[in-house]
Amino acid sequence: MAAASQRAAELDGEWSAMMAAAQTGDRIAYERLLRGCTPLIRRVVMRQGVYADRADDVVQEVLLTIHRARQTYDPARSFSAWLCAIAQRRAIDALRRRGRQDRREVFAPLDYENHPDPSDARQHGMTESMQDASMRGAIDELPDGQREAIEMLALQQMSLDDAAIATGKTKGALKVNMHRALKTLRARFGGDLG
Amino acid sequence: MTAQIDRLIADLGADLRPVRRLSAPILRAAGWLLLVATLAIVLAYFANLPAIAHRLRFVPDMWLAVLGSTLTTVLAAIAAFELSFPDRKPVWALLPLPGLALWVAATGMGCLRAWVIPDTHAADMAEATHCFRFIVLLSIPLSIAMILMIRRACPLRPNLTAATGGLAVAAAAATLLNFFHPYDAGATDMVVHILAIGLVIGANRVLGGRLLTPKTFARRL
Repeated sequence: MAAASQRAAELDGEWSAMMAAAQTGDRIAYERLLRGCTPLIRRVVMRQGVYADRADDVVQEVLLTIHRARQTYDPARSFSAWLCAIAQRRAIDALRRRGRQDRREVFAPLDYENHPDPSDARQHGMTESMQDASMRGAIDELPDGQREAIEMLALQQMSLDDAAIATGKTKGALKVNMHRALKTLRARFGGDLG
Repeated sequence: MTAQIDRLIADLGADLRPVRRLSAPILRAAGWLLLVATLAIVLAYFANLPAIAHRLRFVPDMWLAVLGSTLTTVLAAIAAFELSFPDRKPVWALLPLPGLALWVAATGMGCLRAWVIPDTHAADMAEATHCFRFIVLLSIPLSIAMILMIRRACPLRPNLTAATGGLAVAAAAATLLNFFHPYDAGATDMVVHILAIGLVIGANRVLGGRLLTPKTFARRL
């Protein structure tokens, strides 16, 4: 434990010296520093809750921020603390941005299912596949709520309001069941569902 | 490490130029406060200083209000410059609160006195409009200077930093208003002051926040 913290302190000292050199324009020290601290940035970013598929983008944002903020680093202070503060903040920014994006973009699988493009030849394939016994079987195997939602909303093309009245469920519950049913069917048919 | 990150590091290395390390936030705040002090000296030249000294001697809550707004100016400026450094915690934004509390309490007391004591000359609507104009107009150069100085650092919370800087600017403008405010703050005047200060903080938060947010990320990624 003591050895690990000593190693961390040594590394921090090395990075601090490299950053001080980078402030004077030493490109080699700078690139070595950025390459050396990238794994730590990735760890901090992922610890904040950023998924692995987005981590690279956030790591790049952190590197750009380091570049832009390099004049604010004081070698008398810990480099790791300075770096982690930037990485944490950029990760939070990325998560918030993602959250805002998710709120703006409505996920409406029903619209895709209920209003297919008439010129899309695949919809005919969809009709055929819906008639297919394996699809019927898969729908029958769904839990009651999900089966009810997919039968009314997708097969019978009822509106959400009508389906809500018919089932006595809220529109939200129907949407959730529809979404889950589609997910289950997609997983079963390898994503080939319309 | 992915090829994309590797390429970015090479690009950043190629873009590397020597930079002058920024001095400590408190020294940078002192630089901005020096600008406010210079402005105060210039305004004092045009003000009726004996009348102000007389008022300060006989109206204790005015002393406290001036002390409160001055303290808010200093503490909010320090907080804004601290927040402009990436490794500083957001809790710095709470630093101006003691000054703000004193300022609000003393101004409220002055307002109450103008209401309770008869024959007190409280500001009328025309004078209140003058106060509004003074605070807003004086805030413009102070805000520009503040934002330019903060931009040289790299605030990770641009909106919070800009709003804290806006508080420093508004408090400074309200403090300097005392040179040309030879009457008690009546209810109308106080509301106008609050509106002007709110406007300055809001404008700094919106405009400053945008100016302090780097656009490079969106362009690059």
